Amino acid sequence: MEKILFLAHTDTAGALPKVALEVLGGAMETAKSLGGAPLTVGLLGGDLKAAADSVAGCGAESFLAVSGDEFTVSRYATDAAAAEALVRKSDATLVVVPATSRFSRAIPGVAQRVEGRVDTHVTGIEIEAGSPQIERWYYRQRMVAKLAREGRPWFMLVDSGVFDAVDCLAGSAALENVAVEMPATRTQVLGEEAATAEAQTIRPEAELLFVAGAGWTKKQADGQSHLPEAEQLILDFLRGSLASLGSSKSLVDQSGEGQEVLSFMSHMNQVGQTGSTPRHPKGLATCCHGEEPHVVGWRFIKERRAVNLDPGCGWAQGKADVLYVADAFEVMAKVNELLGK
Amino acid sequence: MATGFHIVVCGSLVPDPLQTLEPVETPSGPGLKNEMMLPSVLDPWAAHALYEAAHLAGSTSDSKVWLVSLGPKARLQQLMMNIAQKVPFELVALDGPAGGFTDAYEVAAALAGAIEKIDGLDRSRLLLFGGRSSASRDAGVTMQMVGERLGITDQFLAVDKLTVQDDGSLRVLERIEGGMYLASGCEGPPAVCAWSTGELPEPPNNPQVGMQNMRTIMPALQQAQPAAVGAEGLDFQKVEVPQQRRDTKIVKDVPAEEIAREIVEWLRS
Ligand SMILES: Cc1cc2nc3c(=O)[nH]c(=O)nc-3n(C[C@H](O)[C@H](O)[C@H](O)COP(=O)(O)OP(=O)(O)OC[C@H]3O[C@@H](n4cnc5c(N)ncnc54)[C@H](O)[C@@H]3O)c2cc1C
Repeated sequence: MEKILFLAHTDTAGALPKVALEVLGGAMETAKSLGGAPLTVGLLGGDLKAAADSVAGCGAESFLAVSGDEFTVSRYATDAAAAEALVRKSDATLVVVPATSRFSRAIPGVAQRVEGRVDTHVTGIEIEAGSPQIERWYYRQRMVAKLAREGRPWFMLVDSGVFDAVDCLAGSAALENVAVEMPATRTQVLGEEAATAEAQTIRPEAELLFVAGAGWTKKQADGQSHLPEAEQLILDFLRGSLASLGSSKSLVDQSGEGQEVLSFMSHMNQVGQTGSTPRHPKGLATCCHGEEPHVVGWRFIKERRAVNLDPGCGWAQGKADVLYVADAFEVMAKVNELLGK
Repeated sequence: MATGFHIVVCGSLVPDPLQTLEPVETPSGPGLKNEMMLPSVLDPWAAHALYEAAHLAGSTSDSKVWLVSLGPKARLQQLMMNIAQKVPFELVALDGPAGGFTDAYEVAAALAGAIEKIDGLDRSRLLLFGGRSSASRDAGVTMQMVGERLGITDQFLAVDKLTVQDDGSLRVLERIEGGMYLASGCEGPPAVCAWSTGELPEPPNNPQVGMQNMRTIMPALQQAQPAAVGAEGLDFQKVEVPQQRRDTKIVKDVPAEEIAREIVEWLRS
């Protein structure tokens, strides 16, 4: 019989992040589909009572906690030590973990310590003939696989957007503290910083992903490039639509090549093979020609539209729902006007 | 006392991203159609790690860079033709599969074993670099596992910037959620840095660097130890390219105003 451990850390406010609530839903579903496999919740952070209480009704047999000031921050040595202690204490065979940046860094090393196996970017968990199998993508969202493993404990880092977040589970949870041998900490966490001094343009929770391609910086029909105008149009649109800003590789690379670029754009905005693969319900691509390495960044965007001057645009054909063959400068100026009304 | 860094970069080859990839069944599990013939490149994030390593070594005296690559010998040799002229490094080659369907656990064991055997490597000065994840398996776990096997518990993932402070400590910026960085200070090596894009463009080819590298590359390839990495205990039920071709509606010769109205309607729906 499998034993499931759901692991989570708290956010700066002491609550469970949204992705943790989603993945807890996945862990509960998995426990149920396995015919009622025992579920343990393992938490790490500062004061964990409120977080545990918020999911008290999830059906866990026990709530294990590693708490203390050292565990409020994201640091490999302390996170790995805490997670290792929770895993050993729980005796779990399946460790289901939300893929936060903090756990993505620490959990693989924990798997190594306990001689377990680990899969990341898990996009589905199913039970087939009584045993779990997962779905994950290979070659950066190019191909999808279903796989099972013999090795245990099996760590699964589950991406956001795969399961629905649980709610209405609040109650009172009995927390059991797990002792951890404090590792040497040669690393001090200094804090968070914005990637650019400009406006914050990456919004993971946004309804829309707006992707700007290199075309915004290219010479237009009048033989000139119109960078200040492009910047203004894009920023106005982000303000009016509350969209998250993505970019093609070509556009962000231009800064490395010393060309004029959009000042609020950084490598963090890049989507695709060597960028991110964000999840948003809608996506609008403008001035992107793109190719396969670009398109893989759109794998998890549901409704897709594009604006390009080129009707043969390789990005849109077969990949977008609608391609508007038009000048993005003109279209976005009108869109901004309408959004302002 | 020696003060420079000993930087080991783990990185291997992946198919050129512009190639069409098709999964096939092989006797040893899933693979890619014509895998041995596909043009390949140095795994993009590992390549950034290599450029950052060379830059750091170049600006810190008494430093050295090794590139540890696990891949089929013949394809590693081709890869070296592309990257030998970029930056100075010493190659440590392991002859084994480089595809995405091997298990990171086994790959990490092979890489850590090879690093332990590097002649003259001072582990107290070791910075273990690699990419934040590969363009093949895309797991983002190998570096942490190699780090653990080498006993390194100061680890950083998705690094964009590493600065050596005046007191010799390291300041590291890692990508976290929502377009933010996490800044950390680390007392110094040994540490693991799995890189994102970093800040350096691809260096131009330098034939002199190429000639110098080739002196160690050829013997390293000749001496490449076979590494029998696979995916023990991993059972792939299915690997496929999703065939979702969308029926793209093309809207042409319509005034910008009308298009804008349609887009706004769609945004609000
Ligand atoms: C190793 C590797 C990794 C890669 N990783 C990535 C990745 O992570 N992400 C990624 O995006 N790509 C990636 N690529 C692919 C590569 O960089 C693409 O060529 C690039 O994404 C294309 O960028 P683009 O569409 O912005 O620019 P372009 O190809 O320059 O296209 C510009 C487009 O803008 C249009 N345009 C110009 N003016 C206007 C206007 N006024 N109105 C409307 N349209 C206009 C033009 O018609 C054109 O189609 C990778 C490639 C390699 C080799």
